[in-house]
Amino acid sequence: MAKVLIIAEHDGSALNPAIAKCVACAKQIDGAEIDVVVLAASASGVAAEAAKLDGVRRVLTVERPENEHSLAAVLAPQVVAVAAGYTHVLAPSTTYGKDLMPRVAALLGLNQVSDIMNVDGPHTFKRPIYAGSAVVTVETPADRTVVATVRIASYQSVGSTSAAPIEAADASADLPSHTRFVEVKVGDTDRPDLQTAARVVAGGRALGSKEGFDLIFKLADTLGAGVGSSRAAVDAGYVAPETQVGQTGKIIAPDLYIGIGISGAIQHMTGIKDAGTIVAINKDAEAPIFEAADIGLVGDLFQIVPELTAALS
Amino acid sequence: MEKILVGLKRVVDYNVRVQVKKDGSGVETDGVKMSINPFDEIALEEALRIRERGEASEVILLSIGTTEAQQQLRTGLAMGADRAILVNNSEPLDPLVVAQTFKAVIERENIDLVILGKQAIDDDNSVMGPMLAAIWDRPQATFASEIAFDGGKARVTREIDSGLETIEVDLPAVITADLRLNEPRYVKLPDIMKAKKKPLDEMSLADLGVEAVQTVRETAYAPPAARQRGIMVEDVAGLVSALKDRGLV
Ligand SMILES: Cc1cc2nc3c(=O)[nH]c(=O)nc-3n(C[C@H](O)[C@H](O)[C@H](O)COP(=O)(O)OP(=O)(O)OC[C@H]3O[C@@H](n4cnc5c(N)ncnc54)[C@H](O)[C@@H]3O)c2cc1C
Ligand SMILES: Nc1ncnc2c1ncn2[C@@H]1O[C@H](COP(=O)(O)O)[C@@H](O)[C@H]1O
Repeated sequence: MAKVLIIAEHDGSALNPAIAKCVACAKQIDGAEIDVVVLAASASGVAAEAAKLDGVRRVLTVERPENEHSLAAVLAPQVVAVAAGYTHVLAPSTTYGKDLMPRVAALLGLNQVSDIMNVDGPHTFKRPIYAGSAVVTVETPADRTVVATVRIASYQSVGSTSAAPIEAADASADLPSHTRFVEVKVGDTDRPDLQTAARVVAGGRALGSKEGFDLIFKLADTLGAGVGSSRAAVDAGYVAPETQVGQTGKIIAPDLYIGIGISGAIQHMTGIKDAGTIVAINKDAEAPIFEAADIGLVGDLFQIVPELTAALS
Repeated sequence: MEKILVGLKRVVDYNVRVQVKKDGSGVETDGVKMSINPFDEIALEEALRIRERGEASEVILLSIGTTEAQQQLRTGLAMGADRAILVNNSEPLDPLVVAQTFKAVIERENIDLVILGKQAIDDDNSVMGPMLAAIWDRPQATFASEIAFDGGKARVTREIDSGLETIEVDLPAVITADLRLNEPRYVKLPDIMKAKKKPLDEMSLADLGVEAVQTVRETAYAPPAARQRGIMVEDVAGLVSALKDRGLV
């Protein structure tokens, strides 16, 4: 019998949409009973959202003032306390999950399976390596708990039509004081979130400047799309780091992705290959991005993008 | 602060197009270019800058891997590290064992700060920083894009999904480097000559009292699902109508 515990990522008020995809991953485990735990200063709003997710048996809450900000060193001992008796402990492969889960695994004397893209069996999983150039099958010991992160782009969200019970959980643990929150500067919140947006417009080095990148923002706003970027565009300071898509940025799966002035390096492409439709606009007909594009247009972006924005307005 | 320990993993160079072997037994690594994991170069650069500012006195490199990792350690020494440790191992290891090896070296050397990469670009695991911090029972600051010290504390800005977060951690601590932390320096020829004289100690896992175990096994490798090649359109009008055909606009 599989008992799965999912750690609910949230921002203090809303449940992260990635959790609905973690539940979809958990449902791939045969006969799984799925619980979600919300660690927060005040958990009720987030817990109510989690309780609606189809497939969730029970939502647990752990409320402590120390949980106001998600500090892995503070959360991990509490997760360990709640995890007793579970066969699987999952979180999304977001910066939240990547920070927290390896700490949880090591406290339990376990290893982590990173970025599950498919569950082949309760202890057998598929995950990408080498920027997605290969997919490896990993097997974990049958008698040990599985601690893992979920590659959310590989899963479709479950529905939210249920009403699971919500219970307070006991997670007494000594919490360290060696790690303290100072501040967070939240990026662009006016546009759809990259990881859940149905449409994404992404720009690369070819935009040439911060001002040039406005072309991307304008097209994105016309489409109601989220904004993505390549590493080169971020390194050059044209756009904020949290927009970087790829192996070492965000892995996304919108219905529509439009890549503009992006060459299509493997490190970028691994972040978009689950998109429904990939559109590429590049002046170089040999650019590798065209190998993966569903629709390609060769030409100068400084001409094409304003024209496209006008045509779609 | 006295000593900074930097993790340096030897990996397939990021420019190599990695291929899965025909029999599915692994990926082709014979004869491909190997390099320092790019995030570890950033970690090392940061350690060197901290030492150059006079905030630390020694930068030590640690690699767990085959003898060939000497090449990458020599490059790291040429960049400016003071000495290097190579823990020889050619068997697959659990990440937890690698973390235990780091911890054994930390205790032997009395390390004040560990800087690792946020992720090794071969396995793309992204686990070592938090695992090491957990078993060492010390703070972690992952995905760092800025680090400043104030007495026995470090203030670290982190690249997170929603933007930039700043936290403060007591030292000793583990920090993992993200892409925007710095731009690593190039190695100059005279430094390569000098690096040949710097100490590079080799030891085994057993020397450190670490048991080599592998409980998580990789059993099969396959190429990723390929996408169908698409269509090319001539102009914006063609693009708009192709998008309309698919119901996307
Ligand atoms: C450790 C590591 C991690 C990395 N992680 C990532 C990652 O997560 N995400 C990522 O994206 N990259 C990542 N990279 C970088 C990656 O290897 C590439 O360098 C990067 O993706 C290139 O960005 P780009 O396509 O914008 O720039 P370029 O490769 O320079 O491409 C620019 C493109 O614009 C086209 N162009 C130029 N002018 C015009 C014009 N006027 N109109 C139309 N087209 C034009 C050119 O033909 C070219 O194809 C990583 C690299 C390393 C080493
Ligand atoms: N075998 C190793 N030798 C040295 N450093 C390592 C090794 N494995 C991992 N690391 C360090 O841990 C970081 C994260 O690796 P990983 O968690 O494997 O993605 C790397 O960037 C290195 O700094």
